[in-house]
Amino acid sequence: MTTTMSTTTATTLRPIPGNAVTRFLSDGWVTTWRNLMKIIRVPEILLFSLIQPVMFVLLFTYVFGAAIDIPGDGYTSFLMAGIFAQTVVFGSTYSGSAMAQDLKDGIIDRFRTLPMSGAAVLVGRTNGDLVINTLSMLVMMGTGLLVGWRVNSSPLEFLAGVGLLLLFSYAFSWVMAFLGMSVKSPEIINNASFLVLFPLTFISNAFVPSENLPTPLRIFAEWNPVSALVQSARELFGNVPPGAVVGDAWPAQNPIATVLIGVTVLLAVFVPLCIRKFATISR
Amino acid sequence: MAFIEATDLVKTYSPKGSPQVRALDGLNLEVQQGSVTALLGPNGAGKTTTVKVLTTLIQPDSGSAFINGVDVVAEPQAIRRMIGASGQYAAVDQNLTGFENLVMVGKLYHLGTRVARQRATELIELFDLVESQNRTVKGYSGGMRRRIDLAGALVIRPPVLFLDEPTTGLDPRSRLGLWEVIEQLVADGTTVLLTTQYLEEADRLADSISVIDNGRVIAKGTADELKASIGGLRVAVTLVDESQSEAARTLLTRFGSGETAVLNGRTLVVPVQDGPHALAAIVSAAAAEGIGLHDAGMRRPTLDDVFLQLTGRTAEADETETEGAA
Repeated sequence: MTTTMSTTTATTLRPIPGNAVTRFLSDGWVTTWRNLMKIIRVPEILLFSLIQPVMFVLLFTYVFGAAIDIPGDGYTSFLMAGIFAQTVVFGSTYSGSAMAQDLKDGIIDRFRTLPMSGAAVLVGRTNGDLVINTLSMLVMMGTGLLVGWRVNSSPLEFLAGVGLLLLFSYAFSWVMAFLGMSVKSPEIINNASFLVLFPLTFISNAFVPSENLPTPLRIFAEWNPVSALVQSARELFGNVPPGAVVGDAWPAQNPIATVLIGVTVLLAVFVPLCIRKFATISR
Repeated sequence: MAFIEATDLVKTYSPKGSPQVRALDGLNLEVQQGSVTALLGPNGAGKTTTVKVLTTLIQPDSGSAFINGVDVVAEPQAIRRMIGASGQYAAVDQNLTGFENLVMVGKLYHLGTRVARQRATELIELFDLVESQNRTVKGYSGGMRRRIDLAGALVIRPPVLFLDEPTTGLDPRSRLGLWEVIEQLVADGTTVLLTTQYLEEADRLADSISVIDNGRVIAKGTADELKASIGGLRVAVTLVDESQSEAARTLLTRFGSGETAVLNGRTLVVPVQDGPHALAAIVSAAAAEGIGLHDAGMRRPTLDDVFLQLTGRTAEADETETEGAA
């Protein structure tokens, strides 16, 4: 046994040369690829994440559109930024449930016994969300244009608006990934995030002008980061109704700065938290 | 120094609302290079926790562990470059094909695409998965999943392999197939640490067995040594009437070579020297004394018997405890 043993040990496969950066990029790409394959192999995930925003665009446009009077381009143009924001916020929850599922399936344990970068697993996870959210945005934009949404800004401003929405969703994916690693089952993430995200998206300026809300809700809405995101997108898409009243709160006055600060804070807090959490979790 | 050496490992958990659990309570373990060592014990004994510490998944509260002289706690990445791990829950991506799963693992070991694909092809052949290599794992049977998971642990031809209950939940045929693969690896010189609840599995595969209970090793030796230590054949009887269990215990002890154990009230087990003779004597004595027997027979020692002997209680395989405590 001794002789065969030495040959086995000698033939243990060695890694190809590389430094920490190239290994991280390689690991990040492999895990992103894995998550993209899931989108391709389980088309229902993409299908539902596309159908839901389309349904919201149509429901809100035709059910509320008649009742809510918005000057200028009308309710549809007012609504779109709100729907975009709501969709990317809800889209990020997928990182949470997928992370919880991977943990439950033992895949995270497998990854953690490999000499790979743990952070890369999280990057691959949040990248997967970014792809789904980008596709959702494209489909929603197409639907919006069909029902009368118009962009009244320069292409550069338009792209900045899309970029800001995706950046916010990306930062939120890290929050959700952290929650996904902190709960015992994927279902908890779905239920719990609904409890938080519904008020967060609805008590905002996403679907109705917030100046009409009762005072406590109006104050919440003015400080709500989702409102800042919606207001930013509205401004960058040129969809702010003429004569719209903007709240006095700083975030309402400076929506783009608020979003950028919010994204920076979320990433600065949750990226390290996620990486630290990942280094000790096991099924 | 042994190839794998764990000293005084302690790991405690504090589940919400229940008292602290000492999953590992001063566990010591030595595994010689090129040998197969089995950790044998019931669910919750600390088998999986031991493997998790050695595969860098969790850190012990105290104690030390070295593999080939490398500190498991201080240098986890160095450990990960020399181990392969496969568990009772096949940790494979359901939405990837068998081939893709193995290539992914190879790439994450940083072998490069070419070598990763080459190695995946070899392993697919070794594990007899050629026909299903391009189907997603979702459609695989339990045995096939376990095989692809084990293949994933072998991608770098690791000098050390950890197998956590490799055949739990498999049908007998798949179990036999997996045993053959493991035996082949061992013949090639891989050092293996496996955990199991089955004495038969430890018996067939392991050079050395460590029996663990409550987070510590309570006995170790070869399969033959352990069996010899707990005696040979058993006679087990099941009573018609539970109220006769005291009388039956006295009777069994008279013909047995050791203490009689009462399992769940109606079933009694006693080690015996001359099996057929003792069985015949017990059956006729029971008839003479009016003790009604529902069932009587001989059997080989089981894990339960080892435990009974070593701890004075049965090794309850309580499924509900697997998740947290193991």
